[in-house]
Amino acid sequence: MIKYFIIILVTFFLISSLKAEPLFLSEYNFFKNIREQIPKEGVIPYHIANPLFSDYTYKFRFISMPDNKVASYNYENIFNFPLGTTIIKTFAYPVDDRDLKKGFQLLETRLLIHKKEGWTPVSYVWNENQTDAKLKFIGKTIEANWIDKNGNVRNARYRVPNINQCKSCHQLNKAIMPIGPKGRNMDLDFFYQSGKENQIDYWEENKLLKDVPKKKMIKPAIWNDETFLIPERARSYLDSNCAHCHRKGGSAGNSGLYLSLEEVGRMAIGVMKKPVAAGRGSGNMEYVINPGKPEESILLFRMASTDPGVMMPELSRSLSHKEALPVIYEWIKEME
Amino acid sequence: MKKKFLNIIILNIFVFIGLISSLFSNTIQPGPRAYDEIQKALIFSKPGDLIQLSEGIFEFEDGLSLDIDNVTVAGEGEDKTILSFKNQKSGAEGLLVTSSGVVLKDFAIEDTIGDAIVVKGANGISFIRIRVEWTGGPKESNGAYGLYPVQSSDVLIDSCIAIGASDAGIYVGQSERIKVLNSLAKYNVAGIEIENSYFAEVIGNTAEHNTGGILIFDLPDLPQQGGHDILVANNLVINNDTKNFAPEGNIVGNTPNGTGIMIMANQFVEIRDNVIKNNATTGILIASYQDEAEDKNYDPIGNHIYIHGNTLNNNGFDVDKVRAKPISDAINGKIPEIVWDGVVPFIEWIGISPSSRVTLGSNFTESGKADFVNLKLMTKFLVPIIHKIDNNYSNYMGELESIKPVVFLQD
Repeated sequence: MIKYFIIILVTFFLISSLKAEPLFLSEYNFFKNIREQIPKEGVIPYHIANPLFSDYTYKFRFISMPDNKVASYNYENIFNFPLGTTIIKTFAYPVDDRDLKKGFQLLETRLLIHKKEGWTPVSYVWNENQTDAKLKFIGKTIEANWIDKNGNVRNARYRVPNINQCKSCHQLNKAIMPIGPKGRNMDLDFFYQSGKENQIDYWEENKLLKDVPKKKMIKPAIWNDETFLIPERARSYLDSNCAHCHRKGGSAGNSGLYLSLEEVGRMAIGVMKKPVAAGRGSGNMEYVINPGKPEESILLFRMASTDPGVMMPELSRSLSHKEALPVIYEWIKEME
Repeated sequence: MKKKFLNIIILNIFVFIGLISSLFSNTIQPGPRAYDEIQKALIFSKPGDLIQLSEGIFEFEDGLSLDIDNVTVAGEGEDKTILSFKNQKSGAEGLLVTSSGVVLKDFAIEDTIGDAIVVKGANGISFIRIRVEWTGGPKESNGAYGLYPVQSSDVLIDSCIAIGASDAGIYVGQSERIKVLNSLAKYNVAGIEIENSYFAEVIGNTAEHNTGGILIFDLPDLPQQGGHDILVANNLVINNDTKNFAPEGNIVGNTPNGTGIMIMANQFVEIRDNVIKNNATTGILIASYQDEAEDKNYDPIGNHIYIHGNTLNNNGFDVDKVRAKPISDAINGKIPEIVWDGVVPFIEWIGISPSSRVTLGSNFTESGKADFVNLKLMTKFLVPIIHKIDNNYSNYMGELESIKPVVFLQD
């Protein structure tokens, strides 16, 4: 009987260990140098045109796809990635944002793993010695500081999200989906070891991506690139900072406020739209966007706030994005 | 054969381990580790699990979230197990539930920086003997909603307490099959609000000292609209005397001070056997949505509103002259117990397609019959010169079929 019991226990642990994620990030073997975030061959670094603001953290992004598998292109939705793909993103503060050579404090590395049962989010939190990161499901608060571009010491109460919070931004119609790697967000240059090249071209050449359209696709504005028009920059910013929840089927779908780039309805993007369940998030204002009156637009008020009961987005920041607010301000000011 | 035997043993052991672990499912105590322990339990629970919270005050700086189906979170009582978010630093609410079949019972959530408990997209959610409260009294800086299930179905709120919400204490939005029973809502802007929802029962509750006691609203530009089949029965709606403290811009900010029950733009609403007393603006207000709405699918005017068997007393003694201006403009002195704004679609107004949007059965005061007024705002707006209010109760007398009881799918 005892023998059976032991067999059963062993089986039980085997089964449970098979299912679980590795305890440490290093076990995945994604990196040649994990501290310096230098990926191993076959793990592709990339960046996106308009990233989500996350308290001024830098983000190092990589994708690992199974050998000989190819993703297929999509312009406005995320690429169709093969099973076994892992999307990797490390959040870090520079020691000194004026001189990145001084290095980074790595905070967490988030993975989205494409499994049969769907995309699975996990987060690994970096240890103090910065030698490895450990699996953390329940989130964590990190009191972080860095020197910003102006030489000021900045502090942030950085929150590593718990797994439910991962889902709340990444859910679309109850399934978990990546947000960043879609065609219009990937269509920009990257400095590869082989030199500077457009990411989509590079992926196609290296047989990582198929179904890329022959014709040139429109590149959306980059929110902080002044060569683009203000309305385009504003919409790009809202797309990447709001629309993961504020879209049909997203976590904030119940609000009827939809901020993705593809949305054309004026009321849907908030113009003269009254708040529904904003509570004090309304800031005593009547409309989400009051054209010509940024001071009387809830959208800008909630973006500027750092009060957790008011601010938008609800997750991912504790500071306000001072550099982006003028773009939204100007956009609303110019709006008719 | 042997393999099969082994399989059965394995199965038994699994069941056994399950039983043992459920027997030893430990109670979570307050303390510095409590947040991590609760959040861990909320993440690693399995369907059917019970997460038990002990008596005591839990102090949290971050919001909690649950995304596993059929989990029960239970405390020792709404006055004994208290989750305080007085020092909340992150999270837009105290507790967020995004899974189905969850039962929350016997605990309190206090002083969250935003909403207290938000439930999104659940098929089945039960709140039982839960208290949500902002302990500093009614203040604009309080969170918006106490209990806030949205886009959910089979919603049960039973014997709960909601105090101090700057929007609605108990708020059910864009949901269907809803029962709000035996609960108490006080010192909120809206005590109980059912918004853009289908098939709801609001029975046996007490709504007192709110700005508005019970609100049945339908609003434009939302994924679900056209609220219908709402029964409001046997509630005590008294002394709703808290000045409206909703931050401006919010729709409940328009609720007149001292409104008993208000119905806006819903179809098939039955208000019966309630006791509605001492509400300064009026006892029952039936209104259309007054703002412009671009939304072509939205119907701003209510229909099939049936009001009968209510006891109304001493309502309308001090009408809110700002938020209920059309009432105070039309009537000097005491406002009738039941008020309808009289807005109807144009073809009904000119009489091509007459209908009775509001139907009155017998409603009483403590000493006699309740009075009623149709403000005839359509006429006032279109042909002010012939405008006259209509006080004739008997013009609106009639009988409609009662709203059918709500049946949950899993019942």
